[in-house]
Amino acid sequence: MMVPLPYLMALSGAIFAIGVLGFLTRRNILVMFMSVELMLNAVNLAFIALGSRLGTMDGQVIVFFVMTVAAAEAAVGLAIIISIFRGRETVHADDLTLLRW
Amino acid sequence: MPIALFWFLAAVSLISAFGVVLQRNPLHCLLALIVTLLAIAVLFIGEDATVVGFLQAIVYAGAIMVLFLFVIWLLNLRAEMGPTGHLGLKLFGTIAVAAMFAELMAFLLPPHLQIKFAGHAAGYGSIDSLSQTLFSEYLVAFEVTSVLLLVAVIGAVALARRSTASEIQEHAADNARKERSAAQ
Repeated sequence: MMVPLPYLMALSGAIFAIGVLGFLTRRNILVMFMSVELMLNAVNLAFIALGSRLGTMDGQVIVFFVMTVAAAEAAVGLAIIISIFRGRETVHADDLTLLRW
Repeated sequence: MPIALFWFLAAVSLISAFGVVLQRNPLHCLLALIVTLLAIAVLFIGEDATVVGFLQAIVYAGAIMVLFLFVIWLLNLRAEMGPTGHLGLKLFGTIAVAAMFAELMAFLLPPHLQIKFAGHAAGYGSIDSLSQTLFSEYLVAFEVTSVLLLVAVIGAVALARRSTASEIQEHAADNARKERSAAQ
């Protein structure tokens, strides 16, 4: 027996909204980054659910690619955070004003 | 997947997702995020995406989160004390998210997205059918992804490495030269 599609889509939307909430309200760069991962996973869930209902493998392959890109993004993003922290001793987004005029 | 299991997983993933957003210690946020990812992995498996579900547990909840953990330990982050950020920003953010959530629900729930479910073919979601699709239809994207990973790894090493002693000396000499020319 399959879970009804609207339930899965509602869960996916809710997790996405929580991710956006975290990105907007938290100021710690690492936690903002984690919120982005939450949003990615919410969209992955929607891909899997819709692909499963349509009976195609495309949804799963796209989730596979999203995971790969998320791994690359995490590696580069965390490297940037480390190099920022080395120069400025902070991970607080409000303290990073280099690109602000 | 029994519907009771779905409700349990939905509750776990929502509570731990709120944990990511609301906890003060980045380490606790990360642990909550891992719980969310594992719950979503089980949901994947329940949707007959077995391979992707296991990949989610191994690659996402395993490898990527360990990377986060190392960075948190490396930076020696403490829990945030007292109120952080602007209250106005938080208020605005919450209102905007509530509006976005309502909009998402309006688009995702019935009467939209009415798909007639025809049942899965034999072997749907197996490693066989996944790789059949991956290495035929998506072959170019797959190859491009390998280049992307290579570039990302090189970029990460280049960004995070410490400057060598000679580079630091060069940098200092550069700065001194600039100061001298500014003074003249």
